[in-house]
Amino acid sequence: MALLDVRRLTKHFVRKHGLFRPPTIVKAVDDVSFFIDEGEMFGLVGESGSGKSTTGRCILRLIEPTAGEVYFRNENVLSFSKTRMRLARRDMQIVFQDPYSSLNPRMRVGPIVEEPLVIHGIGNAEERRARVAELFELVGLEPDHVRRYPHEFSGGQRQRIGIARALALNPALIVADEAVSALDVSIQAQIVSLLLDLRARLKLTFLFIAHDLRLVENICSRVAVMYLGRIVEMGDTRALFARPTHPYTQALLSAIPVLDPDAPRQRIALDASSFNPGAPLQAVGDDHWARV
Amino acid sequence: MSVLLDVQHMTVTFDQTRRAPVVDDVSFTIAPGETLGLVGESGSGKSVTALSILRLVQPPGEITGGRVLFEGRDLLTLSEREMRGVRGARISLIFQEPMTALNPVMRVGDQVAEALTAHGLASRADARLRATELFEAVRIPDPARRVRDYPHQLSGGMRQRVMIAIALACRPPLVIADEPTTALDVTIQAQMLDLMRHLQAEFGLALLLITHDFGVVAEMADRVAVMRAGRIVETGPVRQILRAPSHEYTRQLLAAVPGMRVARSDQAR
Repeated sequence: MALLDVRRLTKHFVRKHGLFRPPTIVKAVDDVSFFIDEGEMFGLVGESGSGKSTTGRCILRLIEPTAGEVYFRNENVLSFSKTRMRLARRDMQIVFQDPYSSLNPRMRVGPIVEEPLVIHGIGNAEERRARVAELFELVGLEPDHVRRYPHEFSGGQRQRIGIARALALNPALIVADEAVSALDVSIQAQIVSLLLDLRARLKLTFLFIAHDLRLVENICSRVAVMYLGRIVEMGDTRALFARPTHPYTQALLSAIPVLDPDAPRQRIALDASSFNPGAPLQAVGDDHWARV
Repeated sequence: MSVLLDVQHMTVTFDQTRRAPVVDDVSFTIAPGETLGLVGESGSGKSVTALSILRLVQPPGEITGGRVLFEGRDLLTLSEREMRGVRGARISLIFQEPMTALNPVMRVGDQVAEALTAHGLASRADARLRATELFEAVRIPDPARRVRDYPHQLSGGMRQRVMIAIALACRPPLVIADEPTTALDVTIQAQMLDLMRHLQAEFGLALLLITHDFGVVAEMADRVAVMRAGRIVETGPVRQILRAPSHEYTRQLLAAVPGMRVARSDQAR
């Protein structure tokens, strides 16, 4: 069953150019639809400016979308009142890319992880302390780390703190927005395996937003490729990587460096005139759609 | 085989009283026209190694030992004045972040021309012409117009091309590129790598390529040196390092690369 069902999500930003020139509209997210099954890790990939992060934020209503529907457990969260939305966010949390700027440098990390519990009025001080200890253990941090400040941790450890904070309220869905992109490859592997482990143990569902196709190919069961605000190709990861159909996906995959110096380099240059951006998503295989 | 750059036992320390050296007894060579990939994680000392070759480490950083032989001279013994004649003219540097490396209030064409006039290699008028030619060489479309742009008017990929144009302006035999494609999208990265390979052949450059990405190394490097905690733990031809790494750390690093699969033969084309 789909835990999250995003339908025709659209976010337009109005860009003003001063008094005498008409504003232009940037279609950051343009008619985006996809669903994520319970317990699934769904990959949303694209390059900078493709609208993938805006999509993630619109789902949590950290940015208000212009149009569309976001069904979470069959309820459209875009119709929720402010109070109702705040309650719904207990079930939908986000982990950000930059563990340096997303943690308050003046707070000790214990209170940082505890803060969501305080805001949502959960438990008394002692219960919350016990929960924080539990969360620290869950993400592989030492119990006595609670008294330290964010700057005392490495990037990978900080990302663990961000994950612990996201898990505090026992959410069902986690939006991981480039959650491992800023990390070294060996640390990245550790955090990815932590996320996979948490998914299994806590039955979490993930929207995994990333620009690294190699990573997404390895951990996501289904994937959507975004280009200029639209999903151009979507489907079962294996099918999509085995038979990329949209010219943009083909160009993107051919651009990934291969770990073999002797591999033939067949770069496919993106020719924007070779495809119709308005083409509808249509089935090109079993659980595989493309705008062709 | 002749050697262009010969780094011998270089040691760089930041705090002599307490910490271990940031670059610890590092030795490697680069032949003319060769690409050496220097790979390591953040904090491994690879960028400090690059800066030290050009003697650009800032205090409290200090080169405390070793030799850097380049074109028959030990760069570590040169005067600051002699060193200025090396930087940019004989060895140039491409940084990761083109937005911070470029002067935001100077036209990009003038920044390329400056590289030539600063070394007295061209008059101002000639340097302007050369700038346009270089923009063409790094495949910036409409070069005659783009030279008049400011950095903020260019995309990330175009800015990085400007950086490369500056680095190539004096036709140096050696270019040090410190994570030149890390900040770029993968499709732009692919364009840059293709461009750099092409320019390397055209200009006969040797390249010291500093990166954390083994994919980039596989595409570009002839030889690889793997750095960890200030030391080179393994060095060898790229095929050997990627296929049969002998050091445990190299194996771990390679294993951590997502999709460590060799050539994608299943990709329908």
